[in-house]
Amino acid sequence: MEGNTLIINLKDISFSYAPDTPVLDKLSFQLHQGERIGLVGPNGSGKTTFFYLVMGLLRPCSGTIEVFGNRVQAENDFRDVRKRIGLLFQDADDQLFSPTVLEDVAFGPLNLGKSPREARNIAMATLTKLGLLGFEDRITYRLSGGEKRLVSLATVLAMEPEVLLLDEPTNGLDEETEAKITEILKGLDLSCVFISHNLDFLLATTDKLYAMAHGKILMDEELVPHSHVHTHRFGRLPHEHAS
Amino acid sequence: MIEEQFASGDSLVHGLDPRMKLITAFTYAAVVALSSEFPALLAALAVSLILITLARLPMRKVLYRLVVVNGLILFLWIFLPFTYQGEAWLTFGPLQATREGIVFAIQITVKCNAILLALIALLATTPIVTLGHALGKLRVPDTLIQLLLFTYRYIHVIFQEYDRLRNAMRTRGFVPRTNTHTYRSYAYLVGMLLVRSYDRAERIHKAMLCRGFRGKYHTLSQFSVTRGDVAYVMIMVSVLLWMVLIQWKAIR
Repeated sequence: MEGNTLIINLKDISFSYAPDTPVLDKLSFQLHQGERIGLVGPNGSGKTTFFYLVMGLLRPCSGTIEVFGNRVQAENDFRDVRKRIGLLFQDADDQLFSPTVLEDVAFGPLNLGKSPREARNIAMATLTKLGLLGFEDRITYRLSGGEKRLVSLATVLAMEPEVLLLDEPTNGLDEETEAKITEILKGLDLSCVFISHNLDFLLATTDKLYAMAHGKILMDEELVPHSHVHTHRFGRLPHEHAS
Repeated sequence: MIEEQFASGDSLVHGLDPRMKLITAFTYAAVVALSSEFPALLAALAVSLILITLARLPMRKVLYRLVVVNGLILFLWIFLPFTYQGEAWLTFGPLQATREGIVFAIQITVKCNAILLALIALLATTPIVTLGHALGKLRVPDTLIQLLLFTYRYIHVIFQEYDRLRNAMRTRGFVPRTNTHTYRSYAYLVGMLLVRSYDRAERIHKAMLCRGFRGKYHTLSQFSVTRGDVAYVMIMVSVLLWMVLIQWKAIR
């Protein structure tokens, strides 16, 4: 595929939940084929809202959204978008609604019109790829936090999306699960946007870092990822620093 | 929490087609509930006992469930014999127990236990998810089945949320008492749970839309009727017909 095809193109998007307090203010954003973008920004800066708008879960007050070269406006347009873009929700309990893991992973493929047999095969293949073989009959609400996150990722990947939007995928995970998710994501050949407060994770999985502030995504003032050694008390314990 | 204590197993009853189990369980419950002849009721009790034995369930847990229900029936035994019109049979001081009242109480006890045992043997041995799918194959409206499955899935999450809120209250020194502060705090707790559940429902719906949900719930499960299922249904149908016949004769 060409390296520079425009996949998502948001122009002058404004959005607010309540009048007088705009969450997004003339936001513009572009994602090209093969780009891997990390998105940082303070709580409440509209990162999740931005994802919801791309998926058509919320409608902008003004501005235009183009996905795969087509302008999308109505629910019907977004149905096609959702087939090709996968969104991982912040809270895995929102995503995993089927009683068993296998059924949840097969839910997407079944909606795409696959037969139960095909859906089962896709689900099993996805679980195998994520090292979750043996989880298929587990009850979703009895999984641990890390397992839930991995299974949610499987439910998104089972749709075989071309673009992956992840909303704080490492939030609340222990080091080991975080490392596992990082490895999996590094190995995926997809265009993606990851929201996270975890800079180490973004450095490992993305090529570009955008910041969200004042209802806009700052693309031209790209943050420069850098690493440095520093010392402080309890430095041996796993920890994060505010960005 | 909802624990499906009896759902897993490899007994004959566990292996039956869930659609057949549903149909026979409901017809059986209806026929037993409407019967009043003792031969039929005792036969029903026997059938239930056979089913529960075949299901090879842990007897202690089954008995525990029976005790719970029979606790309620005990109240019937306290009132029914003394309030039912009929021929006096036993006298305790000013109270007279009627023969008809006692017969009626026995009937109710036998019916309840027979139906309960059959439902445990047939329905509790099927995971709720499978029951939902089987109901779907039996043309029960999708909306009802989704209600069943979603309730089952999220009652746990809502309970956890309730637990978190309650702990947050307790860590700040809340002790329930009989006063307005307690009532108001509990009202806030319930209100907060409702709001959070609503928000969560919205997010779940969004997550489902993202995965191509369009109102129709597809399932992976495919059921097939085996020879064992046919044999089971035939036996159940003959027993039920026989019970109906006895009742029919008695009424005429």
